[in-house]
Amino acid sequence: MKDVKYVVEMRGITKRFPGIVANDSISFKVKKGEIHALLGENGAGKSTLMNILFGLYEPDEGQIFINEQAVQITDPNVANDLGIGMVHQHFMLVENFTVTENIILGSEPKMGLKIDYNKAREQVLELSKRYGLHVDPDAKIEDISVGMQQRVEILKTLYRGADIIIFDEPTAVLTPQEIEDLIGIMRNLVNEGKSIILITHKLKEIMAIADSVTIIRRGKVIDSLAVKDTNQDELASKMVGREVTFAVDKKPADPKDVILRVSDVTAKDNRGLTALNEISFEVRAGEILGIAGVDGNGQSELIEVITGLRKVESGQVYLKDTDITNNTPREISESGISHIPEDRHKRGLVLDFTMGENLVLETYFYPEFQTNRFLDYNKINTHAKKLIEEFDVRTPSVDTLARALSGGNQQKAIIAREVDKDPDLLIAAQPTRGLDVGAIEFIHKRLVEQRDKGKAVLLLSLELDEIMNVSDRIAVIYEGKIVGVVDPKKTSEKELGLMMAGATTEGVKAGNE
Amino acid sequence: MNKIVKFFTKDSSLIPLMAILLGLLFGAVVMLLGGYNPLLAYTALFQKVFGDLYNIGETIRQITPLIFTGLSVAFAFRTGLFNIGAEGQFVMGSLGAVWIGTQFALPWYIHAPLAIIVGALLGGFWGAISGYLKAKRGVNEVITTIMLNYISLYLANYIIANYLRAPGQQRSEIIQDSASISLNTLSEFFGYARLHWGIILAILAAFVFYIILWKTKMGFELRAVGFNPHAAEYAGMNVNKNVINAMFIGGVFAGLGGAIEVLGVFKYMTISASLPGYGFDGIAVALIGANTALGVIFAAILFGVLEFGAAGMKFVAGVPIEVIEIVIASVIFFVAASGLVKFILKPFRRKEKGGAVE
Ligand SMILES: Nc1ncnc2c1ncn2[C@@H]1O[C@H](COP(=O)(O)OP(=O)(O)OP(=O)(O)O)[C@@H](O)[C@H]1O
Ligand SMILES: [Mg+2]
Repeated sequence: MKDVKYVVEMRGITKRFPGIVANDSISFKVKKGEIHALLGENGAGKSTLMNILFGLYEPDEGQIFINEQAVQITDPNVANDLGIGMVHQHFMLVENFTVTENIILGSEPKMGLKIDYNKAREQVLELSKRYGLHVDPDAKIEDISVGMQQRVEILKTLYRGADIIIFDEPTAVLTPQEIEDLIGIMRNLVNEGKSIILITHKLKEIMAIADSVTIIRRGKVIDSLAVKDTNQDELASKMVGREVTFAVDKKPADPKDVILRVSDVTAKDNRGLTALNEISFEVRAGEILGIAGVDGNGQSELIEVITGLRKVESGQVYLKDTDITNNTPREISESGISHIPEDRHKRGLVLDFTMGENLVLETYFYPEFQTNRFLDYNKINTHAKKLIEEFDVRTPSVDTLARALSGGNQQKAIIAREVDKDPDLLIAAQPTRGLDVGAIEFIHKRLVEQRDKGKAVLLLSLELDEIMNVSDRIAVIYEGKIVGVVDPKKTSEKELGLMMAGATTEGVKAGNE
Repeated sequence: MNKIVKFFTKDSSLIPLMAILLGLLFGAVVMLLGGYNPLLAYTALFQKVFGDLYNIGETIRQITPLIFTGLSVAFAFRTGLFNIGAEGQFVMGSLGAVWIGTQFALPWYIHAPLAIIVGALLGGFWGAISGYLKAKRGVNEVITTIMLNYISLYLANYIIANYLRAPGQQRSEIIQDSASISLNTLSEFFGYARLHWGIILAILAAFVFYIILWKTKMGFELRAVGFNPHAAEYAGMNVNKNVINAMFIGGVFAGLGGAIEVLGVFKYMTISASLPGYGFDGIAVALIGANTALGVIFAAILFGVLEFGAAGMKFVAGVPIEVIEIVIASVIFFVAASGLVKFILKPFRRKEKGGAVE
């Protein structure tokens, strides 16, 4: 192959969906061997553009050049043959297959009619070693962490000989440590001559590893520049079209009565092991309690226990002095708890329901949505329109299926629904996962607003920044127990990090109330 | 040409139509290979079905139970359940109707409705058993519904043989006239074809199907559970209750089908060596009808026409029943594999698009 300067060039790409122009004459170039970031608000059209490059959508207009040759990428197989691989926003793995089986799926090495499994395994091991992926080829997908699953997706592209790898929001689902590792892996890939297109909302990451960045807003390219010539503030304002403040602007908290009291609660996880070990804490009206911890220390189980999705083995949960232990999710929701779930596709939305239906998912039975005891879609849709407007959810209409919305807009819709229920306690689990900086600012404002209205807010997040900026108090969870409660203003990230690793230091105690 | 292709490929609801045509085409090829004249065969089919009033009436009779079992399977499917048991629920519906129809003497305005209701409830109960086992014990509904199909067959045979049997016969007694739902005047007009109230009930049932799913709170829950049980649970819906409800209502539809078949067509129930088959056809009907009320009606018509018209193909064009089954199966195949239809049409589409790009 002759030396090429640009491995990818997309020229004048336009893609329309019913009611929306997702890509409006976008032009975009990637140099060989660089990491090129794509930045843009939720719903700006980044995933759509990459899905076109990967052959999942056909563009309505425009041309694509790969290695300076005009090409027609009609389906993902063509993309594969052209050396393009994609790690999707939501993984596409078969849960009960092994790593190797998933990787070779669709391009199995054959020995006569049989699959040459051993050869495949060897190849997977070899690739894994070469790029520092450390993946066990024989593990089942359902048994490995999200970070590992992502590496399997990366291996899938490498196994198919990809030279250009697209990452669609790879860090949204990762823990801070996993993000570090992924950045290392990307560097290895580039050193081996691969080119990378990286979609991310995290400006820090762009500054840390990208060489160039292209900014898209509402389907149009705003600018394309070298990372060394720019900074986070400039990127943020270019992307959103206005200044963005990163610091959360809030008055000191004014905590009132105890709203949620969790007392000595013990619960098991899905495998029957103890996940919560006599955990106790309180959240008061008018405060935001952040729960910090390394992923897998009982956070998910804690939310499920409070919301009635998981049985409590022993101990009590009180909401304003009422015992709600082991009540049904409906009873708990009706008694005044809202819940923004951590996994929006699993719990938060019925993807094949319309936006109107999703926005009444917990309240469809209210008389205000019925006429003569039958569902009244006019009322349901009027309600949806109001929320969509108020929370700036970008969707063509209320009849659009949730599936067709961009990831960030799906999240905004869930938040709209939960805040609208006007709960006494709002549980927000990873509320800003996958959101752009503008939307994050918006959500954080909403959480603080709820607090200022005298509601209790329980925030769970794996992002230390978020926990530090938004919470009034931080409780650190470790192995199913709260190991300390600290004041974010008097704690450093480092101290917090130590506690999350299980250390209960003297310095930590000083911050205790 | 391009316009036509676009017309069919753009609007996904037209894919089934295209698929039916492809299926008939494929069937024609099979007949040609077998040395039969497909043109003659298809003409015979249509003549058989639409040739005279009697046959039109009998085709309607053939279609009616298929609407019920199609709705049964489609309803459960909307909740993410695969109801292979419409067959057994149908049998239980027949049994309930024949029991009330033979054992009681009541005025007609009570007798027939009661027989229908008891049949429907028995069908519903039979479905709910599978729903219960799935909800409380996690047993796959495919397995339990298949087993219940056989249980229903032998249970019905046993009850007929021991309690309802007409002396010296391999069948139950004939139902009282007051329980019959035949439409005698209309039947006379259609050359004594066995027409009955069932077709009206079937259309009503399709309407109810639509209302339940799209206009009630219960339907909202059923569909939510079908699409995403985790989200339904999160939203406070009782997933288990909905699974039982879905199987019960699905069973009611099939049970109704069984009841009207007894009360409107045969007037008795035989001791049978095998299942009647309407329930299995219902699976195909639901599939072709894309699990919608209107779709099920159209699919049942397609199915009923093909099955009833098969006799014409056999007698007039001499096509053996096996080949006819292949024709029917290939229509179903092409409808079920609508992806395949898109694939076959794809080259036409590609050319059209490519032209625009260059
Ligand atoms: N299959 C589809 N049908 C209809 N509309 C769609 C479809 N896919 C995307 N859209 C719309 O196109 C727009 C762009 O979506 P896209 O997923 O590309 O956004 P994104 O930039 O990746 O956003 P995010 O950061 O939230 O993931 C959105 O308004 C979305 O609703
Ligand atoms: Mg996206």
